[in-house]
Amino acid sequence: MKRKEKKQLGALSYLYAGLVYLFLYLPIFMVVGYSFNTNDNNLVFKGFTLRWYSSMFSNRSLMSSLVLTLELALVSTAISVVLGTLAAIGMHRYDFKLKKTLDNMLYVPIVIPELVIGIASLATFTMLNITLSFWTLVIAHVTFCVPFVIITLRARIAGFDKSIEEAAMDLGANQFRTLRRVTIPMLMPGIISGALLSITLSLDDVIISYFVTGAGDTTLPIKVYGMARGKISTEVYALFTLIILVTILLYLLFMGIKAASAKRQK
Amino acid sequence: MALWKHEKKTSENSGHRGEIFSLVGPLFLWMLLFLALPLVYVIIISFLEKGVYGGVQMIFTLENYTALWNPTYGKVIWRSIVLAFWTSLICLFVSYPFAFILSRFSKKYQGFCVLLIMLPFWINQLIRLNGWSNILRDSGTINTILLKLGIISEPITMMYTDGATLFGMVYALLPFMVLPLNNSISKLDYSLIEAAHDLGASRLSTFFRVILPLTLPGIFAGTIQVFIPSLDAFYIADVMGGGNSTLLGNLIKDQFMAARNWPSGAAFSVILILFTLIVLKLYTKVGNLEDLA
Repeated sequence: MKRKEKKQLGALSYLYAGLVYLFLYLPIFMVVGYSFNTNDNNLVFKGFTLRWYSSMFSNRSLMSSLVLTLELALVSTAISVVLGTLAAIGMHRYDFKLKKTLDNMLYVPIVIPELVIGIASLATFTMLNITLSFWTLVIAHVTFCVPFVIITLRARIAGFDKSIEEAAMDLGANQFRTLRRVTIPMLMPGIISGALLSITLSLDDVIISYFVTGAGDTTLPIKVYGMARGKISTEVYALFTLIILVTILLYLLFMGIKAASAKRQK
Repeated sequence: MALWKHEKKTSENSGHRGEIFSLVGPLFLWMLLFLALPLVYVIIISFLEKGVYGGVQMIFTLENYTALWNPTYGKVIWRSIVLAFWTSLICLFVSYPFAFILSRFSKKYQGFCVLLIMLPFWINQLIRLNGWSNILRDSGTINTILLKLGIISEPITMMYTDGATLFGMVYALLPFMVLPLNNSISKLDYSLIEAAHDLGASRLSTFFRVILPLTLPGIFAGTIQVFIPSLDAFYIADVMGGGNSTLLGNLIKDQFMAARNWPSGAAFSVILILFTLIVLKLYTKVGNLEDLA
């Protein structure tokens, strides 16, 4: 056997990897392409236009879905981060009787089919006579986002130097001050990645939202689900192309900040 | 000032009750109220009779479970399991070589290439599936090109079939297989493979006796992460399969939203939960639950 083949990749390997990427990205290219199409039937590319990008903003129902989806993601992420950070710190510091129970409850939304959480929430809201609204969406989203926030944080807490917190307390800082000035800043990178994960999950959720959404509150994924069996309006393609663009820009910005702060630390 | 470090291992931190409660209490109550209670309620509903106008009546019955023996339902459950099985298998066979190739890219590009797998997550799944539907349907891109080139005279029907549902599932869930596999494979110690070669093992037996066993955790974690979501992703069956492929997820959704037969939908959900638990129980024999997050 030739030893040197270890690091060499043949042309076939590159071709295969390329095909898998094509499989993942082809439909995205289609969506971007159609968004510039003068022809509204999504079939034949007739000519280039930016018409859908301007008409999209006057499509009130589309815009209100967009705003609702963003609000939902931000509100439920904020709640998830607060609940999750406090609990992650508490679970790291102390042993208590119900710790195992809480641990198990946190695994449930990760492993159980989302559909079950959706119908369970719907049934419970109905039993408690709670009208479906923006807030029922928030409750359901927090419930499935929180475990992911905690798991992200735990990885961070595990490599935590406790002596810094102890030093703060020895120097006379009280519990709250230590939490605010020492613990939370040290956890910040974990909190940010947990929040990003939570936003991603919330923005893309179809199944759970489908069951707990109120009559007037349609999130963007639910709206697309409603259209997806028939024809999706070209304005929706334009909106998602913009979302793709914003996502990439945000990512580059994020990487830029990360690189800059790494440089400063040196 | 008490240092919690010394007390961590004493299980009853009586001096810290208040603090534990204020840190962990809110989340504990939240999960109890909005997760545990709803799940218990679903199990209860599954043993009750359905109300006249939807909802439930407080009368105990086993009818919702005995109705599951109805062959129509049995067929749907069986189809869902078969489809989930094929989805996992195809994802595994496509992802394994791919993850292997990824792990051999130079370190400089590896991070970027893994990121490229995750990036589509940021774009709504339904929009991406709709992109495929535009490519695959009778008047879609592939058929149009083939017709224009004169290779076919009739469009090939690809959309709104069971095959299309399977295709959509594989498309939507592939990254969930690639990521854990890539994790496992990039941890592979190449010196072990070289040792196997030196000791005269053939490529095939090196793969089956060294590489495969070492990457099993990734295979199991990936399979679970593809198998479970493919049981309930009703929207994929809706968008790709049209009305033609009804799966367990669609059945539960319809019992709740269209037929308004909650107890029956709840009974199906309990079956789905049980099934998931069995799969997870099997998984914990070979893998670690923490790898799934």
